[in-house]
Amino acid sequence: MSTLEIRDLHVSVDTKEGAKPILRGVDLTIKSGETHAIMGPNGSGKSTLASALAGHPKYEVTSGTVTLDGEDVLAMSVDERARAGLFLAMQYPVEVPGVSVANFLRTAKTAIDGDAPSLRHWAKEVRGAMENLRIDSSFAERSVNEGFSGGEKKRHEILQMELFKPHFAILDETDSGLDVDALRVVSEGVNRAKESTDVGVLLITHYTRILRYIKPDFVHVFVDGRIAEEGGPELAERLEEEGYDRFLPAGTTASA
Amino acid sequence: MTLTTDHSRATADGAHSHGVVPAGSRAERKTSFDLADIPVPTGREEEWRFSPVARLQPLFSDELTGDGVAVTVEAAPEVTVETVGRDDERLGRTGKPGDRAAVTAWNAVREATVVTVPADTVASGPTSVRIDGTSKDATASHLLVHAERHSEAVVVIDHRGDALLNQTVEVLVEDGAQLTVVSVQDWEDGAVHASSHRASIGRDAKLKHVVVTFGGDVVRVTPDATFTAEGGEVEMVGLYFADADQHQEHRLFVDHAVPRCRSRVTYKGALQGASAHTVWVGDVLIRAEAEATDTYELNRNLVLTDGARADSVPNLEIETGEIDGAGHASATGRFDDEQLFYLMARGIPEIDARRLVVRGFFAELIDEIGVESVEERLLASIEAELEKSMSVITGAPAR
Repeated sequence: MSTLEIRDLHVSVDTKEGAKPILRGVDLTIKSGETHAIMGPNGSGKSTLASALAGHPKYEVTSGTVTLDGEDVLAMSVDERARAGLFLAMQYPVEVPGVSVANFLRTAKTAIDGDAPSLRHWAKEVRGAMENLRIDSSFAERSVNEGFSGGEKKRHEILQMELFKPHFAILDETDSGLDVDALRVVSEGVNRAKESTDVGVLLITHYTRILRYIKPDFVHVFVDGRIAEEGGPELAERLEEEGYDRFLPAGTTASA
Repeated sequence: MTLTTDHSRATADGAHSHGVVPAGSRAERKTSFDLADIPVPTGREEEWRFSPVARLQPLFSDELTGDGVAVTVEAAPEVTVETVGRDDERLGRTGKPGDRAAVTAWNAVREATVVTVPADTVASGPTSVRIDGTSKDATASHLLVHAERHSEAVVVIDHRGDALLNQTVEVLVEDGAQLTVVSVQDWEDGAVHASSHRASIGRDAKLKHVVVTFGGDVVRVTPDATFTAEGGEVEMVGLYFADADQHQEHRLFVDHAVPRCRSRVTYKGALQGASAHTVWVGDVLIRAEAEATDTYELNRNLVLTDGARADSVPNLEIETGEIDGAGHASATGRFDDEQLFYLMARGIPEIDARRLVVRGFFAELIDEIGVESVEERLLASIEAELEKSMSVITGAPAR
């Protein structure tokens, strides 16, 4: 049983005009096996939370703490966080020309586990995981994310989640831009990982539709850089009906 | 920051060229065997405007009398090697010198090495030409690689040590021959090297011309390829890696003077360290008579650290509308921090992540070389180069 604990987290982003505060005191505790959905309007800071947890250099933590089983996550480099068991499925996965998916997956797995996976077992595991996510076997020899469609990129992210077996996975708008079939395939992958590894999931989304496939235990509404309201799955249903308008200043609207 | 031009769909266009358009076309550039015709450059000339002319000065002298390199040839059994006098009639058949360095090299040289692949012969292994710098006396040297009709061979020219070398490499590919020439510039730090490669490609002949530049203080290679009959093909591949204060310049000229020939140029370079400077200029001329020409050239540069500079200038001149294809692309980009973040977010340490990205950048090109011993050495050299920039990250002292 692991615990990821976020306490009073304040984060600024570098802009041309100087540091701009985005997160203004986030408190959140996630335990193994739990699924937390973070929902909120555009610009509320959801993705900033994801990037800051992974250690993206553009985001500066100005105060607060993040611990993983008591270990100070904020003191770790990006790669150390991943090796400690954090995984970020990115909203916009990056192309890495000339680096094949197969080589990338093996290199990352070796780094995370501390030693190379046994060749035969690994090849079989990768093949099986790709089949489950309906990723054609030819992708193993293609360059990472290069020329992938939006849906292929997202499936490749979830492939990594299944293979790397993190303690906590942050899914940053993994559902954005997916058609219904792809959304189902991706959600099945997340659910498989939940069943097989007891991973704790932080599911960041703008929409409620992914919550039909991935059932959250807790729903947090993010507004203006902090959590404005918390509840169970029923909160998501309410957001589905009402949108985010009641969380926003009078006179403004947001699409849900 | 990424700068790109991509004119892959460029079609007939009398004056399609980029950068500072040279005075007149490449067709009108002065070429001559006579020293008096091509004066010592000031640095303002089109062909010297990116070059550190002062550092190259020793090579412009009309008295390049030094004996600063040792040439050792290990030939495939089918291949013959001779040392001949400068008056040998086989020399000077691949075109005239096109700049001051080339014309001084031609005039200064007393003897030449001639490597011949006899007609209808397939060499059973690569032929190695080692050029070892032994002193810093400014030296001229001349090599002719002659692939006779329907022969096939691989010739690797390997430059090491320290030297001030002004060199001519003539490549004569006769009808139906298939030749690969690889020139590796793996000099020690202080070397200054100007090299004029002049290739002549006959009917249905194919030349693969590979240039690999890692070492030296100043290395300036100017490969010219001229088609003399229909059906010829040239593939020009280059890979370079410049460190602090190094100047590496590659200026290519493909002369489509006859119909139905094909050229492909692919050069890629990486730069790291203050005042690392690379120059790539790719001139392609499709003359009025060169119908059904098919040409494409590409240059990519990866800037790994601040303070390095990559110049990239593709020039395409097209004098006929009856071509199959003509295009070019050039891009210079900084090391992508988002790529680094992506790989590190998967647990891969920064050093390994950088290595993956740079290896990935060169991977495709290395596969194209097709000479296994060279490919392996290249991978090792890239690793060694990366060690230098990695020292910044690991805290180990830089070289």
